[in-house]
Amino acid sequence: MSALARDGLAPGTAAATPPLFERLFERRTKYLVAAACIAICTIMLLPLLASVLASLKTTLEAAATPPTYLPGALSLDSYERLWSYGAGLPIYVLNSGGAALITIALCLGLTIPAGYALARFPIPGKEVLFVILLLGLIIPYQALLTPLFFMFVQLSLHNSLLGLAIIHTAIQLPFSIYIMRNAFEAVPRELEEAAVMDGCNSFQVLVRVFLPAIVPAIITVSLFAFITSWNELLAALVVMNKDSSFTLPLILAAARQQTSIGGTDWGMLQAGITVSIVPCLAFYFLLQRYYVAGFLNGAVK
Amino acid sequence: MHSSTSRWVGLLYLAPALAFVAAFTVYPLGQMVWMSLHDWSLIAEKKWKGVGNFIKAWNDPQFWTSLWFTLKYTVLITPILMILGFLIALLTARNTPLRKFTRGIVFAPVVIGLGASSLLWYWLFSYDFGFVNRALLDAGVIAKPIVWFGADANLSMWAVITSIVWKVVGFGMLLFVAAIHGVPKEVDEAALVDGATYWQRVRRIILPLTAKTILLVTLVSVIGSLLAFDQFYIMTAGQPRNLTATSVFLIYLNSFPYLKLGYGAALSLILAAIILGCTMLQMALSRRSAA
Repeated sequence: MSALARDGLAPGTAAATPPLFERLFERRTKYLVAAACIAICTIMLLPLLASVLASLKTTLEAAATPPTYLPGALSLDSYERLWSYGAGLPIYVLNSGGAALITIALCLGLTIPAGYALARFPIPGKEVLFVILLLGLIIPYQALLTPLFFMFVQLSLHNSLLGLAIIHTAIQLPFSIYIMRNAFEAVPRELEEAAVMDGCNSFQVLVRVFLPAIVPAIITVSLFAFITSWNELLAALVVMNKDSSFTLPLILAAARQQTSIGGTDWGMLQAGITVSIVPCLAFYFLLQRYYVAGFLNGAVK
Repeated sequence: MHSSTSRWVGLLYLAPALAFVAAFTVYPLGQMVWMSLHDWSLIAEKKWKGVGNFIKAWNDPQFWTSLWFTLKYTVLITPILMILGFLIALLTARNTPLRKFTRGIVFAPVVIGLGASSLLWYWLFSYDFGFVNRALLDAGVIAKPIVWFGADANLSMWAVITSIVWKVVGFGMLLFVAAIHGVPKEVDEAALVDGATYWQRVRRIILPLTAKTILLVTLVSVIGSLLAFDQFYIMTAGQPRNLTATSVFLIYLNSFPYLKLGYGAALSLILAAIILGCTMLQMALSRRSAA
């Protein structure tokens, strides 16, 4: 942080200093800022890099103490062990992916019509209904898991992807509704009026006029739903108690405690972390624009 | 033209979302209150207990241990997150390629799973397989490896704090950058012409004009920390002696492994009330900032 502090002094001494000195000063600031940026990036990336590299160590090297910083030889042993761990990696990836897809479908299916209604229709008691829809912001889902668990046992929704996705949808719903309502409100009324003139009913207007216009919001809502569902641990821990219905975070948490030959299988754990992180980072970097837009719109409001 | 029918049409479009919230948020909320007043398990018949579960919480040393630990964690991590996030935001606020890239990298851990990042740091801090001990030994800072987890609650907490700062510092940073971009250029330039130094401008102009964002982010961060679970479940498993079991962890333990659902519901209700207080504050601030 000292680099940061020194950087701060620079542009200040503007008025009275001679131009040459000022230019030198400014150049120094530029280098310091660059150095600080690179240092921060290094610190942020190092743990991720360390994990990916460790996942590529040989079985023997992954279990070495003290640990080696860099793998001596590259190997996919850890991924092979992960592939056949428990019920098998494909099952866990399918469970996580399945829950995420159902969550996305539920979020979109519920919030597209809701956003349409909130933005475009006069509804009696709209303000109150909107607050009820945002109730999830006030009541943390962590506090609702006990009654939800009891309810799911009665409805046989525990150990089901649908059950898990329902909780993940409940987590994401307030944010998604907020984003959707804003997206619908931003669509110019002229577009819709033209369609009404042509004799479209409200559903046709929704499909033909609004859906193409709110694609960015659909991407944002889907992206957040995916990231929440793919990564969520506590609800999965509560709802899923059969090995074959575990999601990726669950099986990783379980693998931490389990002993292979007298200890945690660190190499396999790194492989699992890598598998779990890569889709999130890929979607984030590919769709960064949508992510940041959604984040700035919905994170604090 | 069709205004008398359209109010019902609107309600129809809203109905699925309303039904979902009624079934999976409102109903469980009521159920939770009902459960908290009972001795409730999956197998045995439920028994009316009145406020017995709440009295039990009051007299339960673990309830207080968990609450204090959660508060301590929150009080310690929040200023670190806010100050570090704000400093990185100041450093990277201008839109140059390197700064934008840095913002992207600092934010990246926010999108990965808390479970995955906790496992990652559990490994980095592990006694004989972790890079933290290896690096500290190599640098000569310590003579023998440190037992980060399982022995000392404070050491465990600092290891967890380190991991969470890495994981979520980008959250505040990004919102602070947006707030700094919202500072009117003319104001800042006027101060520059007046000969104000950089830190004077930060103190007199940027901080006051971003104060509302800082407060809101602080509250969001506080709520997040009060609800901490994943990081402790994975990194400390509540050890030693449940000293690092947070409030949500305690709910989890009572409701699920122990199946004391009534007591779990009572603990949930207490936590929900605490969070509600924070949220009300946040909404009041948020409304004022919108006006």
